[in-house]
Amino acid sequence: MAGFIARRVGKGIVVLLAIVVLNFFLIRLAPGDPALVMAGEAGAGDEAFIAQLREKFALDQPLPSQLGAYLRSIVGLDLGYSVRQQMPVATLIGERLPATLLLTGTAFVISLSLGVLLGSLAARRAGTLADTAITGLALLFYATPLFWVSLMAIILFSVRLDWLPSFGFETVGAGYTGLGRALDIARHLVLPAMTLGLFFMAVYVRMTRSSMLEVSRLDFVKTARAKGLTEGVIQRRHILRNALLPVVTLAGLQAGTLVGGAVLTETVFAWPGIGRLMYEALLQRDYNLLLGVFVVSSAMVLVFNLVTDVVYRAVDPRIEVA
Amino acid sequence: MATTVPLAAPAATRRRGPLAAFLRHPGAVIGLVILVLVVAAALLAPVLYPTSPWRMVQRPFVPPFTLERVPLGTDALGRDIAAGLMHGAGVSLIVGLVSTLAALLIGVPLGALAGYLGGRVDDALMRFTELFQTVPSFALAIVLVAILQPSLSSMILAIALVSWPPVTRLVRGEVLSLRSREYVQAAIVTGQTTFTILRREVLPNTLSPIVVLASLMIATAILLESSLSFLGLGDPNRMSWGYMVGAGRTVIRQAWWITAFPGLLILLTVLALNLIGEGLNDALNPRLSRER
Repeated sequence: MAGFIARRVGKGIVVLLAIVVLNFFLIRLAPGDPALVMAGEAGAGDEAFIAQLREKFALDQPLPSQLGAYLRSIVGLDLGYSVRQQMPVATLIGERLPATLLLTGTAFVISLSLGVLLGSLAARRAGTLADTAITGLALLFYATPLFWVSLMAIILFSVRLDWLPSFGFETVGAGYTGLGRALDIARHLVLPAMTLGLFFMAVYVRMTRSSMLEVSRLDFVKTARAKGLTEGVIQRRHILRNALLPVVTLAGLQAGTLVGGAVLTETVFAWPGIGRLMYEALLQRDYNLLLGVFVVSSAMVLVFNLVTDVVYRAVDPRIEVA
Repeated sequence: MATTVPLAAPAATRRRGPLAAFLRHPGAVIGLVILVLVVAAALLAPVLYPTSPWRMVQRPFVPPFTLERVPLGTDALGRDIAAGLMHGAGVSLIVGLVSTLAALLIGVPLGALAGYLGGRVDDALMRFTELFQTVPSFALAIVLVAILQPSLSSMILAIALVSWPPVTRLVRGEVLSLRSREYVQAAIVTGQTTFTILRREVLPNTLSPIVVLASLMIATAILLESSLSFLGLGDPNRMSWGYMVGAGRTVIRQAWWITAFPGLLILLTVLALNLIGEGLNDALNPRLSRER
């Protein structure tokens, strides 16, 4: 197991390096002087700061040395300085990361558990009204724009029904502590997490359903029936367990989409995470911050994939490292 | 009645062609009808609303279904919502279609080469594909459009660059299974070049899964386009549905209709394309669809 994790981490680091190299070329794709791009918008930084950037990133040297200098700074966890926000990019992202982890983590757990539950229900009742209703709903959520359903949820649950808060992380100035604060944050979390999870729930419903139908035709299921096991045991122990494997793989692959979707959710609900930070950077054309968020969210996806792989391996020892 | 239906049905289904199979799928027909309506809206927009959809035509915040001149109301700047919806249809369709074609142009050759050549080429190409699949695609699209400056073409390029990996994986898998077939081996024996074999023997046989995937990709591309426009990364000269939702976001408490209508249209168009994709899948890959 330790060897497996080591190999998997090694692979992740290679991919991360490749993403950093991609980032390096993206900066050069931006119009104008890379030093000015890194300083914020053109004309924003003062002369001395620009000269310092030029020196640090070896911008007067050939491209390979520039790449080397850029890699060195990233490895040292230095993502540059945001002139607009007057703070190092790494600090800005560090402050916002926990909120995003909470949001995406909750959305992931909700969508996966509800998706598997509804998907297996649909598979068990394949062809009935319940199945049609569930697959129809999944089809609908699969086509719903994330940012729009968030806004509609605000209209319904915050404006009309006044059940849940529509923006922010917690009630500002309420001064809650301990459990009260946790409950307050949870209330603020409901709408963002639910709307972010809807699309992924639809994905998992479809996947679980088709995967279960496929497994239920295999020979060992017939054997289990012939042995006289009850239908519930067959569904849970024989079909669902085997059908879950492709769903977990897909869930790992979806991590990137989930992190990307957080940009929209956090923008709509003013959730103080890195997605909202990305939107702010976008409005101010703060390229350095934008690319910093991009690298960190890519790293988040890699860690997420690593965790799914390890869980996967623990659940099913047959899996070899890919 | 009850006895004639089961007797007639199998006979009819056994002989049906792909078109009949597609039309037998009720969802696919509904999808096709919605899509035709959206295409008609895009084509008729310049005729029915010849003036710019950005122009102020009435006082701001006219609710829908109150004034005949602006049936769906006006937004915060007094612009006609119905005109915006009609003009926005074209942007969604063009971006969806062109970016999908561009993604196919990247993905099909890469997948064909990886699957056919195998070995190191395959390894290298698959690592490259994996890299693009790991990166959060929406975040990459945001960075690309922001850096290239928002326009219709930068949006198309960004969407194409984040959506080709599934094509490569699909084509690679298909080509891998076709490569060992006898007719491909025969083509190799007769000394045809790799390019000719791929173009004439292998790729035509991967067409139907590609068509199905492409229809689903157009749907995803439209969702991406509207999300980018929502964040203000759309072409500043073109009215689009995502932009309309984004513009109405700040006044959502006073005027629900500014955001509700364009979003509903995005939902319907994407749903229609997904339904068409499912219908095509049933029609073109009958063996696969029977599994479901």
